[in-house]
Amino acid sequence: MPFINAFRQYGIFLAFLLICCFLSYASSQFLTVSNWTIIVTQVSINALLAFGVTFVIITGGIDLSVGSIVAVAGVVAALLASQPDLPLIVPIFGGLLAGLAFGLLNGLIITKSKIAPFIVTLGIMTIGRGLALILSKGRPISNLSDSFNFIGGGDVIGIPLPIIVLVIVFIISYLLLKNTVFGRYVYAIGGNEQAAWASGINVNKIKMAVYALCGTLAGLAGILLTSRITTGQPNSGAGFELDAIAAAIIGGTSTSGGTGTIAGTLIGALLIGVINNGLDLLNVSSYYQQVIMGAIIIGAVLLDSWNQKRMAS
Amino acid sequence: MFKNNILILNNISKSFSGIKVLEDISLQIEKGKVHALMGENGAGKSTLMKILVGLLQPDEGEVLLEGELISGHSVHTILGKGIAMIHQEILMVPDLSVAQNIFLGKESQKFSWLNESEINTKSKRILADLKLDISPKIKIKNLSIADRQMVEIAKAISNNAKVIIMDEPTSALSDTEVKILFGIIENLKNQGVAIIYISHKMDEIFKIADTITVLRDGKLISTQKAEELDNQALIKLMVGREISELFPVTKIEVGKTLFLIKNLARKNVFSEVNFEVKAGEVLGLAGLVGAGRSEIARAIAGLDKIDTGTIEIEGIETQIKSPSDAIKLGIGFVSEDRKALGFIPQMSIKDNISLSSFEKFSKIGFLNTEEQTKATELVYNDLKVKASGLNQKVINLSGGNQQKVVIGKVLMSNPKVIILDEPTRGIDVGAKFEIYKLINTLKAKGLAIILISSELPEILGLSDRILVLSKGKQKAILSKSEASQEKIMQYAVH
Repeated sequence: MPFINAFRQYGIFLAFLLICCFLSYASSQFLTVSNWTIIVTQVSINALLAFGVTFVIITGGIDLSVGSIVAVAGVVAALLASQPDLPLIVPIFGGLLAGLAFGLLNGLIITKSKIAPFIVTLGIMTIGRGLALILSKGRPISNLSDSFNFIGGGDVIGIPLPIIVLVIVFIISYLLLKNTVFGRYVYAIGGNEQAAWASGINVNKIKMAVYALCGTLAGLAGILLTSRITTGQPNSGAGFELDAIAAAIIGGTSTSGGTGTIAGTLIGALLIGVINNGLDLLNVSSYYQQVIMGAIIIGAVLLDSWNQKRMAS
Repeated sequence: MFKNNILILNNISKSFSGIKVLEDISLQIEKGKVHALMGENGAGKSTLMKILVGLLQPDEGEVLLEGELISGHSVHTILGKGIAMIHQEILMVPDLSVAQNIFLGKESQKFSWLNESEINTKSKRILADLKLDISPKIKIKNLSIADRQMVEIAKAISNNAKVIIMDEPTSALSDTEVKILFGIIENLKNQGVAIIYISHKMDEIFKIADTITVLRDGKLISTQKAEELDNQALIKLMVGREISELFPVTKIEVGKTLFLIKNLARKNVFSEVNFEVKAGEVLGLAGLVGAGRSEIARAIAGLDKIDTGTIEIEGIETQIKSPSDAIKLGIGFVSEDRKALGFIPQMSIKDNISLSSFEKFSKIGFLNTEEQTKATELVYNDLKVKASGLNQKVINLSGGNQQKVVIGKVLMSNPKVIILDEPTRGIDVGAKFEIYKLINTLKAKGLAIILISSELPEILGLSDRILVLSKGKQKAILSKSEASQEKIMQYAVH
């Protein structure tokens, strides 16, 4: 069902299928289980961030700090995971809490000060990066416990754990946005914040929750990344926020707020992954890959706005 | 062909995706006259005006300005030839000055260097010609809505407009401001400018129009001299049926006091407001724009802070600190600013109606869409919303239907007291009549209703008692039998 909805709403799904068809034709390695396992595993971190960012963008906000939160949460988790005697749950909770704390901080400043989310999260992005460097003393943290490294590197009946995490988070986010009162409030606030408020919706509470959710998902992404590379890197996650925003936008989330879906964002993230993978398989230089990716972001939004116009007339 | 006919439309037809929205419209607009264009929403008025200014091209037919074919030309060319439109929603750059806005797109310049003093002098002259006391250097955002409208007119004149189209120009104006606007229109007439005037307000039309054309369902129903028509006849032409009485009167025994406010005040806005509303009663709030009517409504509904005073609902003193408090206490509020405060444009009718009541349809935060559909469908049918279905987006509805959705949202939250602030602003006669009937139904259900309207006939026709405000002070509470337009105005201008 999510896919059918996305198909109806966004021609981007069609574009995604076309690109997949083309790549299967152009490269025999593309449409294989092992290749898709690689694609989805690689996509998982960006998708987690993009789900959180989708909530934020639908309320009419933006979150530039998720990349830095990935680093802070990763460093916190790594510090805890490098202690030999602690159970696995501690670094996981530590990472998630770090993400949650940053998300709440974003939400608090945005709702209390009325400073634009762009500026607040830009500030928090820099603060987060600094904190990651302070906590790690600027050095990578290695010698993490085996159980911790299993999160990003292990698999269950052949399915890599990051993919399982991705699927679970997708389902939760999807239901949260589509089937709960909270989700409706998120759309309402992005569609017309004043009217939402006048209709009795506690706008500040919902916004706090949205930034907290986005921060927590960034924390989770930080744990996955740290575990996969088996080191806590204070410089990790740089630029991730832009990839996450790109996935949401490619998936049909409007930066003016009020529209967007989790299914769309998943396709956006997958599209980015598939194109990077496909261009690698076709031996296209990574320099050109960036040019192509930029064109796709603009193209996707163009496609979307044409669709909207066609539906309106 | 009359020499005085400055603008001639011959057999204009226009279709959108196979549906005829204009059919064979022929019209002559005379120099120095006000030609009113009437019709319900969806009658084709805006489409016709868009064709006149070049925003749309007709499928068939032609538009001639002083004998010269102008249909087919661009907006810019047509503007240059002398057709200007004053839009319902004012289109100006708020951070630029009055002069800069008037000369926007035709700035006087030398070698790309702007000549500010020249446009200031020119603007000053235009404003003075219109007898307007507005400084050309003041920024648009610092002007009242009425003054902005006047600047729009000045802008049209600076384009040497021969035909000025005014689309609901008075919808945001107070009575005094309307008088000033009408003075300006007289001036323009004397200068030989033709005016096409679109409005839903009958009394205005009869005050200002020389000729009245009625459109219905894309067809031209009639063009007549204004003096040949009266209120009833005009409404009949517009809706194509007789509306026996515009204000249906329902006699209802009023019940106990539901709503009581004592000494309500908000600093520098209003003070010492005291009134009660009983079950099954309509209290009208009358007064000029700026008298504090909407401000009182906003404060009661929790949108603005109350400084002093008490509010009792069913005899219990309550604190209202936010819209959500007010809704929980049973106060429903339909704002005058439908677009800004009423609905979420991209959301469906169903979700908009549920907006204040989502929690009713949910279990541990999950929405029960079946229950939601069932409940909203009842309201949707009751209010006779004209739409393709519950899932249609509210942005695609006409003003009248949007208003019904907003009222539906308020009713869904089961209010005991309902505040209607200008509930019929900018909506067509048919929808207005339905809202009047609805007010009576709500009365019969035992709700306490507070009605705010700038249209005195509406207030007089629907209210059981009328509270008149002036400059934030309560001046009088008149019973239905003692109230009249004159009496209300006496207190209102006090």
